[in-house]
Amino acid sequence: MQADSARFPDNVAAARRDATLLGALDRLQRDARAGRVETVARLPEFEALRDAARDIRNGALANLAANLERFEANVVANGGAVHWCRDAAEACEAVARICREAGAKTVAKGKSMVTEEIGLNAALAGAGFDTVETDLGEYVLQLRDETPSHIVIPAIHLTKDQFAETFRGAHGDLPADRSLEEARQITDEARCALRDVFLRADVGITGANFLIAETGSVAIVTNEGNGDLAQSLPRTHIAVTGIEKAVGTVEEALTLIRVLARSATGQEISAYTTFATGAKREDDAAGPENFHVVLVDNGRSDLLAGPKREILRCIRCGACQTVCPVYGAVGGHAYGAVYAGPVGSVLTPALAGLEKSKHLPEASSFCGACEAVCPVRIPLPRLLRMWREDAFQAHLGPKVMRWGLFAWSALTAWPWAYRTAGGIGGRMLRLMAMGRGRLTRLPFAGKWTGGRDLPVPEGGTFVGKWHGRRGR
Amino acid sequence: MSAARDGILAKIRAANPGPAVAVTPGPIPARGRGEAAELRQRFYGGLDAAGAGHATVTGWAEVAGEIERFLRALGAAGPVVASLDPMLDPCGLDRVEGLRRGVPDAGDAVSVTGTVAGIAETGTLMVRSGPDIANAAHFLTDTHVAVVDAARIVGAYEDAFALLRAGGAPMPRNVTLITGPSRSSDIERILQIGVHGPRTLHVVVCDAGPAP
Repeated sequence: MQADSARFPDNVAAARRDATLLGALDRLQRDARAGRVETVARLPEFEALRDAARDIRNGALANLAANLERFEANVVANGGAVHWCRDAAEACEAVARICREAGAKTVAKGKSMVTEEIGLNAALAGAGFDTVETDLGEYVLQLRDETPSHIVIPAIHLTKDQFAETFRGAHGDLPADRSLEEARQITDEARCALRDVFLRADVGITGANFLIAETGSVAIVTNEGNGDLAQSLPRTHIAVTGIEKAVGTVEEALTLIRVLARSATGQEISAYTTFATGAKREDDAAGPENFHVVLVDNGRSDLLAGPKREILRCIRCGACQTVCPVYGAVGGHAYGAVYAGPVGSVLTPALAGLEKSKHLPEASSFCGACEAVCPVRIPLPRLLRMWREDAFQAHLGPKVMRWGLFAWSALTAWPWAYRTAGGIGGRMLRLMAMGRGRLTRLPFAGKWTGGRDLPVPEGGTFVGKWHGRRGR
Repeated sequence: MSAARDGILAKIRAANPGPAVAVTPGPIPARGRGEAAELRQRFYGGLDAAGAGHATVTGWAEVAGEIERFLRALGAAGPVVASLDPMLDPCGLDRVEGLRRGVPDAGDAVSVTGTVAGIAETGTLMVRSGPDIANAAHFLTDTHVAVVDAARIVGAYEDAFALLRAGGAPMPRNVTLITGPSRSSDIERILQIGVHGPRTLHVVVCDAGPAP
């Protein structure tokens, strides 16, 4: 994972100057929010399903070892193989080895965030395989050498014109004067270009939304159909996914499916929910002869052992990104991490280290919008607060903040001192403002006032007023 | 097995010292329950909402006629391939011009397949792979015509899986829940129908008692 989260403050400043990006984010937050609200309103059982989904994911994590062992046994019984990988390097090597053994030249890829996390495309390119992303959004990102900026709408930061311009550059064999004005024309061109990739690919790689222990099935939830072609036409199918995805039964997965698309895209259900169980059967008409599941730990078992294990309930719907005011103000790339937004700000410090990503847990106003939409009720603000505490313990924050917090906590231990200091502080701020209602600059908090003014406190302190009220 | 496997499982076990936890699936929504006629209406409503066309015939022998009518109206040109699913055997498909039975290839324009079930909850089809059906039959062609036995229109996804796994039948290599044609909103969130999978999904419901 190439985390560049240390540059978050600079990335934010750049994002705020990018009018194209801000327009796209506005559109996303307006439309996608409305879509979710409408779809959810049509299903009276939605809140009960969220409770059930939370409990199913908690149960899946509690039973994870047994679920994974049962999953593996069933994959093997159906002619497949499971590869256990402790980290990104092991996972990339496992996939490359399977591709080598398959004698592969071309690899068709369906959308998978875990493959972004482990940097699989670069590893496969280094090993000499021609790897092609086939999801429309991921394809254009691969051509542009960019990363996804949203979990389910990866190219949300790009305009139609940028799609068109990228395709003109990449598809040099097509007439230069062809029209790519309409989204339809761009989509058709991608369909045409990628059709050949599906047909000639030796290996198809997909992710997995759920692994089902009782059957050994890998379930993927998609809309375009590329993940299905990628796992049906090539001789070898590899599913790459995180160990936390295993659930017990098909029925458990179906409950999760009822909340997934509604939360992600505002659809009742995605166009395609496909369960792949093992390899092609001996008498099957078609299908991949080789089936491999690459299970990636990469920090997940550590998360499971710690106080932030609830983040492993995540089913990657992206709803927390879509509603987050910080994500909506800066976009996914500013986070400098594979997973952006609230879920990413909890995951990235675990995956890439807190030191490199100490800004991310700060990138929240704790407004709670993420937790309010999370289909598995992950307490995202609480988990972000834990990372802030960890960062404080590790002395990662600015010194000014540290001393300020010490002073504040000392003051709160003596209410009379706190009240006195509060009264003095308020009077000082009024003096500093020299009759104006706002302060544009504040000592020790220049960065804070660099982006906003501080209104000057009016009247007495809250406690003073409260006592006055009670006295009446 | 491998050191990685042992290491990962040991870490998971250490993180979960407690006993196994009982897990219960969530509630089946009320829209997935009801009388046959009600479920059928809801199935049609779901197909409409998902952008899939549909027509109902009252005998298996009429399925071919409906497919011909639909393909004419669509103006579909090119080879038509129908799967070897026995469900399609009584449908009189021989009369459809340019139709062959078998596995689809890249040159085919239309694919005709059977279905395991129709699901009222969201207007969803359950399809499968097998000796008689290549999974690509549901994804490779521009147009997909799916034949549904009205007697197998069920309420919820769970009911469809119960049909699929009746009598302890194993999971086929692929099972897919299909809801409407292929789609994407990746370009500026403008909905495009027909990306890699079919642009057109047409469902022919045969209401003539169970397939022979």
